[in-house]
Amino acid sequence: MRTTKLVAVSAGLSSPSSTRLLADRLLQAARYRLAEQEYAVDVQVVELRDLAVDIAKNLVTGFPSAALREAIDTVTGADGVIAVTPVFTASYSGLFKSFFDLVDPAALTGTPVLLGATGGTARHSLVLDHALRPLFAYLRALVVPTAVYAASEDWGSGGDEYTDGLPARITRAGQEFADTVAARPARDGGDDDLVPFEKQWADLRLD
Amino acid sequence: MQFGIFTVGDVTTDPTTGRTPTEHERIKNTVAIALKAEEAGLDVFATGEHHNPPFVPSSPTTLLGHIAARTENLILSTSTTLITTNDPVKIAEDYATLQHLADGRVDLMMGRGNTGPVYPWFGQDIRQGIPLAIEHYALLHKLWRQDVVDWEGKFRTALQGFTATPRPLDGVPPFVWHGSIRSPEIAEQAAYYGDGFFANHIFWPKQHTEKMVRLYRQRYAHYGHGTPEQAIVGLGGQVFMRKNSQDAVREFRPYFDNAPVYGHGPSLEEFSRETPLTVGSPQEVIERTLSFRDYVGDYQRQLFLIDHAGLPLKTVLEQLDILGEEVVPVLRKEFAALRPAGVPATAPLHPAVLATREV
Repeated sequence: MRTTKLVAVSAGLSSPSSTRLLADRLLQAARYRLAEQEYAVDVQVVELRDLAVDIAKNLVTGFPSAALREAIDTVTGADGVIAVTPVFTASYSGLFKSFFDLVDPAALTGTPVLLGATGGTARHSLVLDHALRPLFAYLRALVVPTAVYAASEDWGSGGDEYTDGLPARITRAGQEFADTVAARPARDGGDDDLVPFEKQWADLRLD
Repeated sequence: MQFGIFTVGDVTTDPTTGRTPTEHERIKNTVAIALKAEEAGLDVFATGEHHNPPFVPSSPTTLLGHIAARTENLILSTSTTLITTNDPVKIAEDYATLQHLADGRVDLMMGRGNTGPVYPWFGQDIRQGIPLAIEHYALLHKLWRQDVVDWEGKFRTALQGFTATPRPLDGVPPFVWHGSIRSPEIAEQAAYYGDGFFANHIFWPKQHTEKMVRLYRQRYAHYGHGTPEQAIVGLGGQVFMRKNSQDAVREFRPYFDNAPVYGHGPSLEEFSRETPLTVGSPQEVIERTLSFRDYVGDYQRQLFLIDHAGLPLKTVLEQLDILGEEVVPVLRKEFAALRPAGVPATAPLHPAVLATREV
């Protein structure tokens, strides 16, 4: 049996939070799909609310507290990341962005990412495509095609003749994400990134 | 082992009085602090280099030359000489001149500088920071060791048949440290040349220092300069002391809370836990400093930052008295007792300096 590690980052602020609820549902959908393919799935959720003060301090001092370091390592060490934010003032929340500001820009290169967002009205749903996708494109993450937006009303309604309901969208997104994770080669052990002096010198002489 | 102080040279408002020193006062105070360091029996005074307000030390060799003329034993060093944006030819000339004037009491520390606009102001590109540090230092190293240099590089005008004057005192170039917080390339560079490696060790948790020093020691041995234990390591540190620990904390807190670099962030207690900052009694500083050895091994130089964040001159001079009377003599004895035979006590001193003192 192969093993894989999925991490959800939730930037929800209230408790209980619909952002966390969406993150949990997406995780579960991905996990079922991977279990069908005989994966043992290790699942973790990083709640940014618990790290809000540590994130602010890191912005000031330039280094993370032990708890924040652990959270960042959890995210960058995952085989797949589910990132879910509430919509604040027409975009991802400041807390969500601040957390990803503290992740090394190369640390998520090639990592499968599933995006989610929540909001009070469906009118914000394009935030997935004009705010979240560019952010993770910059990080060179492998963002799956389906992202899930859950407006308040989605939690109490089904689909209609034009659109799937929330459960169907979650299932489709979770499956795409799981299949992308399963298709990726296992992560390497993270070699020491030392470049010998002779190589540094030779690189200077190339052109 | 050598003990000393290093200054950033910031002009900062004293948060307890609202008073901001003038640049003139800050420069004169810096000199007073250096002279006091010698009087207190410390070994080293090092200055940073900055080219933007609110910092005054844009011309380190002018400052150090003045201090050299007014001291007898103090080693004059830098806590950053910008190898990226300075012309290596000018560094070779300036520091060789200083070395002559100070009769050999000079070493210096290479740093890249992390202030974005300084690079373009000096015609460089911050994205080339590491390659600039590698190439410029290779030229500096050569200028101090070869009388006539032919040179072509990527970043600087070529030199054909160039001689940097004056030649280093007695043909011995100033000892060089390479400083870095987290760039393995710089630890590797220091190891390659068999130069010293200095870990800033102020603003970041000890794990970074531990990792970088370990890498430097391994690579120092790899390049055949000696055993890993013999590599030349220096550490920064930041202390504030009063006889009673509680008094130290009470007095330093407003300076900490408003400090330009880390103020308005974590509490003094958190920052003290997560970084080497020690605010307390002389005994607490002694114990904390001795504990550095647990994760970097036996090392050769300890520099303390004591004059930033708007601390008034009088307070800084008192800190030097405490260092000189109560802390450094104990640390000298304890570190010497712990250091195994075969591990150098200091970085290589210039022979002219060595002749004047017992180490």
